[in-house]
Amino acid sequence: MDFYDGNMELKEIQTLEGHTDRVWSLAWNPATGTSDIPPVLASCSGDKTVRIWEQTPSNRLWHCKAVLEETHTRTVRSCAWSPSGKLLATGSFDATTAIWENIGGDFECVATLEGHENEVKSVSWNASGSLLATCSRDKTVWIWEVMPGNEFECVSVLQGHTQDVKMVKWHPTMDVLFSCSYDNTVKVWAEDGTGDWHCVQTLGESNNGHSSTVWALSFNAEGDRMVTCSDDLTIKIWETDVGRMELGDDHAPWNHLCTLSGYHDRTIFSVHWSREGIIASGAADDGLRFFVESKDGLVDGPLYKLLLKREKAHNMDINSVQWGPGETRQLASTSDDGTIKIWELASLT
Amino acid sequence: MVSGLINANPVIYEKKERRVRSSPTVGDDEYAAEPIDQLEVFDILFNFFFKDIKDPEHPYSLEELKVITEDAIEVDDKHSYVRVTFTPTVEHCSMATVIGLCLRVKLMRSLPQRYKVDIKVAPGTHATEAAVNKQLNDKERVAAALENPNLVDMVDECLAPSYA
Repeated sequence: MDFYDGNMELKEIQTLEGHTDRVWSLAWNPATGTSDIPPVLASCSGDKTVRIWEQTPSNRLWHCKAVLEETHTRTVRSCAWSPSGKLLATGSFDATTAIWENIGGDFECVATLEGHENEVKSVSWNASGSLLATCSRDKTVWIWEVMPGNEFECVSVLQGHTQDVKMVKWHPTMDVLFSCSYDNTVKVWAEDGTGDWHCVQTLGESNNGHSSTVWALSFNAEGDRMVTCSDDLTIKIWETDVGRMELGDDHAPWNHLCTLSGYHDRTIFSVHWSREGIIASGAADDGLRFFVESKDGLVDGPLYKLLLKREKAHNMDINSVQWGPGETRQLASTSDDGTIKIWELASLT
Repeated sequence: MVSGLINANPVIYEKKERRVRSSPTVGDDEYAAEPIDQLEVFDILFNFFFKDIKDPEHPYSLEELKVITEDAIEVDDKHSYVRVTFTPTVEHCSMATVIGLCLRVKLMRSLPQRYKVDIKVAPGTHATEAAVNKQLNDKERVAAALENPNLVDMVDECLAPSYA
């Protein structure tokens, strides 16, 4: 697929209102958004609640389907659907992770994962849904194994970051875990074959990494490239040899490919890579940016160029951007202004 | 908690006379966004704000201790931006993050939502300047701190009017 300058436009589809405090994060349910199942997403907020939103097929308008409250006692910072879309994990500043299941149309909290000393900042399921990772201000990353009967057993506590861990994310196809931190680094964690997890690589300032807090990371569909964003106002693209990884070499190193700077002028909180290769970013400058690989400069290796930008996409900081699972290029963004916005990136005809 | 004062004998400065701001002229359109100029922010900050923010350790206001001076406030209304640079009373002041948190909370409560605020320690005035600055400008850390009842009590106490 080719993207040409100026042939795309960003349409604002709808603003979802309901949260009474900043909206931190959101997650599209991966089992929805098909021809017969309307898209569903979950959002979480400083108002201590999680909201479930669904698009009505007849008029394509979004509505709030459920409010998950009275479980977390502080800010709900992060949420993630299991790959099957049946379970929702939510991480909170109350130091717990809650697991919710949709039982007959009602969401019930079926498990509470305790262990972190303080704020849980991010949760992530692996590709098969058998493992869940959580991270915290306590500088640790925990890996939980999903057992029958909604039991979760902690199989590893990963120590290595020297400051709070902002986000955890599993590789899209392999059981390799990535974490990014207030200590300015990204760490890669892999299992050694005996059940022990180790840090196999640290991407820091000395290997072209970030010079301030790394807030988020995301992978391309093939899983051989990763994008990271930071308080240093840059976005960085990293590359690995996915062939080596698939042959079972979890230690295939990640190398810096390029740095995108000068596009945001305040902290970049979120990046997300779409299946067809468009990187979206959202920042504390209230703006959205979209990047695609440029085919022009192949002599010097692949580069990424700005496809589109939207200033003042929200009235306040943008905390999260996430592409939807459906066929259309839908994106949702969350903000300190208390809203979620649904966008569509459309081709100009 | 802190036992014993970190800076037992702070230097107290006279409060500065303020310029008087002419009342804004009422425009034809009462719904038009009213721009915020530097003097207005000074008014918010000094007359209603810094005057009343107390050093967590002392009954004096931050202005009297020269933790904040007028020159240390930059306002760019066009870009909805405020930067406050403060000077901790001693180089190792462990209250620096609490003072910074008080400044941020007061500005959050006083300025329109569109404002972006940076709070910084004046260069060379604190032993762990970079760490303090990083923490004060990490909104996730600030949000978590403001859910901590002990810290909120401390901030509210600092922001309480003096009635002096």
